[in-house]
Amino acid sequence: MAMMNMVQAINNALDLAMAEDKRVVLLGEDIGKDGGVFRVTDGLVDKYTKDRVIDTPLAESSIIGTSIGMAIAGLKPVPEIQFAGFMYLGYSQIVNHAARYRSRTRSNVSLPMVIRTPVSGGVKTLEHHSESPEAEYSHVGGLVVVEPSTPYDAKGLFTSAIHGNDPVLFLEPTKLYRLFKQEVPEEMFEVPIGKARTVREGEDITIITYGTMVNVVEKALEKKPGISAEVLDLRTINPLDEDAIVDAAKKTGKVIIVHEAPMSFGVGAEVSAIIADKAIYEIDAPITRITSPSLPYPMPGYENYYLPNEKRVIEAIERLLEM
Amino acid sequence: MLKDAFSATIKYMQVMDENGSIDQQLMPNDLQDQELVGFYKMMNLARNLDAKALSLQRQGKLATYAPLIGEEATQIGSAMAMRQNDFAVPNFRQHGVYIARGLPLEQFFVYWKGYEEGAIIDKKLNMTPVIVPVATQMPHAAGIAFAKKYMKEDSVVVAYVGDGGTSEGDFYEAINFAGVFKVPLVVIIENNQWAISVPRSEQTAAQTLAQKAVAAGIDSIQVDGNDVVAVYKATRDAIESARSGKPYVIECLTYRMSMHTTSDDPTKYREDSEVEAWKKRDPIARLGTYLRAKGLWDDSKENALKDEQLKSIDEALAKADEFRPDPDSVFKNVYSQMPKILEEQLENAKNSNYWQ
Repeated sequence: MAMMNMVQAINNALDLAMAEDKRVVLLGEDIGKDGGVFRVTDGLVDKYTKDRVIDTPLAESSIIGTSIGMAIAGLKPVPEIQFAGFMYLGYSQIVNHAARYRSRTRSNVSLPMVIRTPVSGGVKTLEHHSESPEAEYSHVGGLVVVEPSTPYDAKGLFTSAIHGNDPVLFLEPTKLYRLFKQEVPEEMFEVPIGKARTVREGEDITIITYGTMVNVVEKALEKKPGISAEVLDLRTINPLDEDAIVDAAKKTGKVIIVHEAPMSFGVGAEVSAIIADKAIYEIDAPITRITSPSLPYPMPGYENYYLPNEKRVIEAIERLLEM
Repeated sequence: MLKDAFSATIKYMQVMDENGSIDQQLMPNDLQDQELVGFYKMMNLARNLDAKALSLQRQGKLATYAPLIGEEATQIGSAMAMRQNDFAVPNFRQHGVYIARGLPLEQFFVYWKGYEEGAIIDKKLNMTPVIVPVATQMPHAAGIAFAKKYMKEDSVVVAYVGDGGTSEGDFYEAINFAGVFKVPLVVIIENNQWAISVPRSEQTAAQTLAQKAVAAGIDSIQVDGNDVVAVYKATRDAIESARSGKPYVIECLTYRMSMHTTSDDPTKYREDSEVEAWKKRDPIARLGTYLRAKGLWDDSKENALKDEQLKSIDEALAKADEFRPDPDSVFKNVYSQMPKILEEQLENAKNSNYWQ
C-alpha cells in the first residue's frame, strides 16, 4: 500500500493499464511532456513514448472522434479532455457516436474507450473550468458515467473502465485531485462499475451523494456527531445502483440528495424519482435536494455563493429530522 | 520586407473525356479491358439498385433514402482502387462503395428499410456503417488510420465526405490530425455540387475544395468525378502516397442528378437546365461509349446485364423482406451488460406486447 492522492492514483492506474495492454493509448492536449494541466499523466510519455502518450492538436471533436476510430480498429484509447467545460466541442462525437455505435451496429462494433475529464468547481478557476455535466451525458443512453470521490475508487473504477467493453466517461473532480491522500494498493485492482459505496451507516437519515459533495457531507456530519446518518456515494452515475439507492432510502425513510451540479433535470431528480417509484410508502419526509442553483456556473468570485456547503447540508438534515 | 511565405497549386485530372476518348499518358497500366468492363457493370449495378430503392421508397417500403444517381464513377472508381485490406469509411450516399466492397444487396435493403441489422457489416469487408451526421465520420477515419499505423497493418483508410461536409469542423480536424500524425488516410470529397439546396458556390469562397488540404499541410488533387478512370487512378496513387506516410485528399467533381434525399424536391431550388447540362457528362454513358468503340460492349450485352442485375436485386429484396425485426434487440445492444433499468423497461414492454 502507498499513500496516494487522486492524481497519483489515476496516474498509477494509467501506468498499470498501459503496461498490461499495448492497445491502451492516451491522447489529449498537453498530456505528454507537460503531463496534463493537472499532471495526471506526468511521466507516462517518458515511459511509454510519444507513440502511446499523444499530444494532439487543440481540437476536442477530433480527440474524441479519432479515439472512436481507434476503438473501432481495435485499440483502447483513453482521451483526455482538458476541462469538462470544453468537452461540448466534442459533444457531437460523444453523443452521436460513442454512445450510439454499439446499438447502431447491434453490438457488432463496440467502443472500449475511457474519456477522462476534470469536473466540478471550488478551485477558483475561470469560466468553463468548473462544470458538473454528469446528468447531460447520462441522459443520452449508451454511455457509462463514472465519478470517483476518493483516490482508491479512482484507481479501481478506472481499471474496471479500461477492462470493460463500453465507452466510459470518467469524471475527475478537480477539487478532490489533491485534497487528501489515502492508502491505495500499488498493484492493479478493480472497483466494480454500477455499485454505490456505503460511506457510513446510520439510522436517522439517508444522504445520497457523489463527487465533490461526499467530502462536504462527511465534514458536515463530523460537526454533528449526534446524528446517525447513512451516507451513500453513488460512484457510478450511469447506470445508477438502484438497489443500493432504494435500500438506503428505506433504511431511514428520510432522504437528502446532495450534488454539486445544478438542481433542475439533474441526478437528484432521477434518484428521487427512483425512490418515489420503488419506496414511496417507506418514505416519511419530503425527498430533499441540496444542489447548486439551476443556473450556469458563475465566475470564481461568486462560487462560494453557488456551491452547496456544510452549512446547507446541516440545515437540511436538521429540518428533516424535526419532521 | 514582404515576400511569398507559401504558395500552392491544385492540379485537375481527367483521363477519359465526355466522348470516351482516353489521355493515353495518364491511363493506368493496370487497367485492362476486363477491369473497365467490370467497372461498367458495377456502376450499372449501383444505378439499378438506386433506382429500385427510390421506387420502393415511393411505395412506402423504404424509409427516407439518399439517391446516388450521377455519382457512380466517383464511388466505383475509388472503391475499385482499394485493396481488400484497405478500410472504407463511407457517408450515407455511398451505396456504390458498399456494394463494390462486397456488402450483400439484401443488407442494403434491410438497412434502408430502417433496421440496424443492416448495419452489421462483416468485419472482413473493412467498412464502417452508414453515418448520418455530416462529416462526423471523418475523425473516425483518421483514428482508424492511426490505429492501422500503430498496429503496423498495411491498410489505408479511404473516407468519403460531400462538398457540404467540407464546411464542417470535423472535416478539417480530421485532415489536420492526419497531417500531424502522418497516418494512412485518403479523403474522397464527393463534390456533387449541392448540399441539399445550397450550391457549391455558396458553400465556400474557396476556388476548389481540394485546396482545403493545403491548410492541413497535405497533398491533394481535383479530378473529373464522372470519369471512372481518373477517379481510379487518383485513388490508387493516393493510397500509395498514404502508405508512405503522406495522407491525401481527392476532390471528385460530379453531380447529384436527383434529390438530396426522398424528402426534398430539387426543382424548388435549382434550374432544370443545369441538370440537363450534367446529363451530357453522365459517367456510365461515357464509359459505355468507350467500351462500345473498342468492341467490348453492345446492345445484347447491355440487355443481358440489365436483366441479370434486376434479377439479383429482386432476389436480394425478397431475402430482405424475410427479415423479421426483434424489438428486444433495441434494448439488448446498448451496453455490454444490460443495466437493471433497461431490463425492467424491456420486461414492461414484453408484458404489454410492446404496446402493439
